[in-house]
Amino acid sequence: MSSPIIETHELSYFFGNQQVLDKVSLNVPSGSIYGFLGPNGAGKTTTIKILLNLLRSEAKNVFVFGQELSGNRISVLSRIGSLVEQPAIYGHLSGRENLIVRASLLRLKSHKADEVLELTGLSSAAYKKASQYSLGMKQRLGIGLALLSDPQLLILDEPTNGLDPNGIIEVRKLLTNLAQQGKTVFVSSHLLSEVEKTASHVGIINKGTLIFQGTLQELQHLSNEQVLVEVDDNVRAANILLKNGHSADIIEKQVIVPYLSKDQMAAINTLLVSAGCSVSAISKSKKDLEHLFLSLTQS
Amino acid sequence: MQAFALSLQSEFLKTRKTLAFWIAIVLPLLICGLVFIGFYSHSKDLLQYTGRMLWMRYMNTTLGVMGILLMPMFVIFVTYSINSIEHRADTWKSLFSLPVSKWAIYSSKYFYTVLLNALCLSLFASFILLSGNLMGLLKPELKFHDYSIAGLAFEVHAKLFLASLGILSIQFLLSLVWTDFLKPMGIGFVLTIAGIISAQSGWKYAWTNPYAHPMLALMSMKPAKATMINVDMFSKEVLVSLLVAVIAFVAGYFVVTKRSIK
Repeated sequence: MSSPIIETHELSYFFGNQQVLDKVSLNVPSGSIYGFLGPNGAGKTTTIKILLNLLRSEAKNVFVFGQELSGNRISVLSRIGSLVEQPAIYGHLSGRENLIVRASLLRLKSHKADEVLELTGLSSAAYKKASQYSLGMKQRLGIGLALLSDPQLLILDEPTNGLDPNGIIEVRKLLTNLAQQGKTVFVSSHLLSEVEKTASHVGIINKGTLIFQGTLQELQHLSNEQVLVEVDDNVRAANILLKNGHSADIIEKQVIVPYLSKDQMAAINTLLVSAGCSVSAISKSKKDLEHLFLSLTQS
Repeated sequence: MQAFALSLQSEFLKTRKTLAFWIAIVLPLLICGLVFIGFYSHSKDLLQYTGRMLWMRYMNTTLGVMGILLMPMFVIFVTYSINSIEHRADTWKSLFSLPVSKWAIYSSKYFYTVLLNALCLSLFASFILLSGNLMGLLKPELKFHDYSIAGLAFEVHAKLFLASLGILSIQFLLSLVWTDFLKPMGIGFVLTIAGIISAQSGWKYAWTNPYAHPMLALMSMKPAKATMINVDMFSKEVLVSLLVAVIAFVAGYFVVTKRSIK
């Protein structure tokens, strides 16, 4: 996890007058699984298309493998495998033929196609027309096409779209395996739960602005733990706690206090009971990442 | 150069199971087959002709059918089909995210279309010769064996090929820009009809419409009432067709390089 594989410096992008990216500075460490997270329309696909030189950024502020992208397009792209939006598949060809066409363009031997079919679990459907594939199979073939050249960097745009739970787990395993082999995986998603399960690093983008970037631990750290207290009289309990120096709040019929320690929890309990409040439950909870994600992207 | 060759190979792999490829083989087979049947069933009417006249009639019948309307329509269909493979599968973005130069991708696609056109026209010439000789065998009373038209047949079709490159390049550009069939097809069809009318009416500026070039090329080789075909390979309409081809080819490359994939 040394030098960054992908680096952008205050990357901005406009579609006509509409700004879709605003000073996005990505930093994707080598060997990481970087989860690029954001709601639909946040600018994820636009960013990915810029990283693949499909959309042209006039300012030379995109660096991949330490090389400026537009000036080193072929050399950079030769080390990237990608899947953008829907998998781009020729429906009139079989899955294997799709891989062979790509392999011939990349000067690869045709046995690579068979290896990828095996890896993506499509061997039994290798000779079936790709137009007859299910959505999940198409998605797997799309991932297979990205893996064909054994690239150092994989850029995958919503790779679990359309997959059933088993397929999602398989993709997750695949990504983890690839990262263990030293590859860097840049994967976009609008589902936090997906990113949370695989990513080592997270970037959260909303309305074209990168609002968080760091390790998964750093993100989890943002989600503070809380003490939840259920009492007969919320207002009275909250006032007692406030008078005694706790920053209490009432949310959804519960009194909530930021968690500090076990002793603090015990002290809260004693304080309320001794003041005559009837405490029916006291517990510690973590503000889950989903709520954190929502609060980050909705603020 | 290697990238170009590999891209060309991948174009073949992509199209070999499509109508775009097979029509280049089936069309000459079908037309020549029909002409063969027509001549075979009316062989008695042809006994009077000398070998040279017989071959001219035989070749002109095929040229008359395909050279005027079918040839431009074939070009319109093939250029659309080659580009629509990428439009339909939404594969432009994956092609352009490969470590292959845009020049190699674009030019190989273009030259593959040119090759299909060349294949189709050379098959026309070949099938005319084969079927004519076959008829000479089946009906020895027809004087096909008195004359050899081989060199002339290939020359005529080579000229037709050069005269069709203008249409091919324009249609290639149109189907590169538009994803649907109707626009390039509609424009191509209207210009073809206009070309036929202007060439047949003898309008002196008919050469300005590339879609009239194949017909003008045919007319220049065999003026009305002439019995001999005289092939001047680089006549005016052929030169204009080549110039148009170069301009449209360069314009297409400009479109490809400047276009961001939305």
